[in-house]
Amino acid sequence: MKANTTNSVSIRNLSLNFGAVQVLQEMNLEVAQGEFLVLLGPSGCGKSTLLNCIAGLLDVSGGQIFISGKNVTWEEPKNRGIGMVFQSYALYPQMSVKKNLSFGLRVAGLPRDEIERRVKRAAEMLQIEPLLERKPANLSGGQRQRVAIGRALVRDVDVFLFDEPLSNLDAKLRSDLRVEIKRLHQRLQNTMIYVTHDQIEAMTLADRIAIMRDGIIQQLDTPHEIYNRPVNLFVAGFIGSPSMNFITGELADQVISVDGLSLPVDRYGFGPGNDDLKAKVILGIRPEHVIVGEAALTQPVTFESEIEIVEPMGSDTIAWAKLGQHSFTFRAESELDLEVGQKIRLGFDPARASLFEAATGERI
Amino acid sequence: MSNPAQLSTNVALDAVKSDLTLDGPQGPRPKPFFTPKRMVIYSILFVACLYYLFPLYVMLMTSFKTMPEIRFGNIFAPPREVTGEAWVKAWTSACTGLTCNGLSPGFWNSVKILIPSVLASTIVAAVNGYALVNWKFKGSEVFFAVLIFGSFIPYQVMIYPLVMITRELGIFGTIWAVILVHTIFGMPILTLLFRNYFASLPPELFKAARVDGAGFWRIFLEVMLPMSLPIVVVALILQVTGIWNDFLFGVVFAGTQNYPMTVQLNNIVNSAQGTPEYNVNMAATMLTGLVPLIVYFVSGRLFVRGVAAGAVKG
Repeated sequence: MKANTTNSVSIRNLSLNFGAVQVLQEMNLEVAQGEFLVLLGPSGCGKSTLLNCIAGLLDVSGGQIFISGKNVTWEEPKNRGIGMVFQSYALYPQMSVKKNLSFGLRVAGLPRDEIERRVKRAAEMLQIEPLLERKPANLSGGQRQRVAIGRALVRDVDVFLFDEPLSNLDAKLRSDLRVEIKRLHQRLQNTMIYVTHDQIEAMTLADRIAIMRDGIIQQLDTPHEIYNRPVNLFVAGFIGSPSMNFITGELADQVISVDGLSLPVDRYGFGPGNDDLKAKVILGIRPEHVIVGEAALTQPVTFESEIEIVEPMGSDTIAWAKLGQHSFTFRAESELDLEVGQKIRLGFDPARASLFEAATGERI
Repeated sequence: MSNPAQLSTNVALDAVKSDLTLDGPQGPRPKPFFTPKRMVIYSILFVACLYYLFPLYVMLMTSFKTMPEIRFGNIFAPPREVTGEAWVKAWTSACTGLTCNGLSPGFWNSVKILIPSVLASTIVAAVNGYALVNWKFKGSEVFFAVLIFGSFIPYQVMIYPLVMITRELGIFGTIWAVILVHTIFGMPILTLLFRNYFASLPPELFKAARVDGAGFWRIFLEVMLPMSLPIVVVALILQVTGIWNDFLFGVVFAGTQNYPMTVQLNNIVNSAQGTPEYNVNMAATMLTGLVPLIVYFVSGRLFVRGVAAGAVKG
């Protein structure tokens, strides 16, 4: 089987077992040249394991891995044309920053002036030139992670692998470095595979996101699609903060009855063949898609509720109310003065909602 | 900022403040030195200290006395005239069995045994520990279990087989036999030490080095070994004191020409001829014990903690 040459990384029927535990099952994944792919999922979903398999740090139990059109399933990590950045930075503590950056090149036996040139270029790109003579212990977390990125950078590889690189940093540094990684990707145009459990990182960085659970990719799509058209309940609940409201009801004739209320969902974009479905369903509405106040009257679905909790976030306000017996979160503008106990009119457009079959959790 | 609600809380705070007086506890809490608890702790420590230091005191005092003064019998009294004669005799001319050259040949024998066996056992154990953690092979856990089991078997059980093995190798009765035996017996505990240390290092370091293309020895020498100074120091202390203080292997394997210091000390102290020269015996014992003592004092400063700090988060 010949790999498609336009794809930078191809994973064919990959599986991995630790003893009896199946961590990855029959996984197939194609990453295009220059693509930024984010593997996203809760801890223990196998995303880091998959990355380690691609890097060659774990032996696979079955399947194949191609990088740049070459079958690397049995290759050593150094022969795969990859650079890797770890969550814990993994800088060699006894070496200066310069030695850390050049270690791989020295191992490869490159000429000294070439090593010098590449280290200089990477240091410039990451703005760590003043730190070159320091030891990792004398660097801040952000600086350490820059050095770790630099260590991957000097190797001039086709594919970059990031294993939760920003998880050890505080919130401000994280958003700074996030932008920097994005800038780096735009400049280098390399293929990047990035593992994270942070949905903000995933949404902001990715060309495509692969959402994983229990070693299986649930949905592989652009951030926009994943956010607006999640394929199942897991993806819908995992993406978005605060998370999507889920309302369980009975669907019949394109109307959902919930706790005595009737919600017409004829504007919802049903999947093929699902128009006249009669079933128990779960309606998912994102808090930010809820319209508050008099404007709600223009929406196809509208109801009145009492506010139970108000959380001002500064830029906006998140409030809890009820739809029938279901707890219902919505996001409102911070100028709107919301008070606990206040009756308020809420509305939404089913065209922006998601409908899942209760029995399977799949989108309909 | 000055909305009515906030003003009213300020007023309330002022009302509370005026009730507070300035005397009473303020600033750091005083820490008196002589509390009953401390008195108890220090007196126990003092007694324990005396208990351990008294034999040392008696030895030192006796070693600086002349024989007539020792015969006087007052072992706790300091020497009336301090003399180093006993020390000189112990080092140069005390009789160890048939020869009367003092302890100095034994000292050099011990050094000749010590240096190669400490180096060999530490190096082998470091490589073992590293391989067991980072290059797991089929059966590596079993291998490790067997190795550790070895450290629970009493030495005496293995002496006869070892005598036969060294005889077959043609090194029985030479210094190399002792070195080999020390290296073998140092291995289980040192391997355990190094294995646990390497297992505590972040595994990402090893992964990063592999992605960088380094192989078995390169990772060991350039990444792992520079980080293992604390554990190397611990291993050195263990081995230096253990091997220096060894008597059994020295007396069995070394041969009469190569007896280590401990065996010669025994020969001085337990000689049946003439009157026992207590001052020489004490001086000889002090001389023999000096090496482990110095190792403890010097290496205590070398313990460097957290060499791996900075590799991970900080």
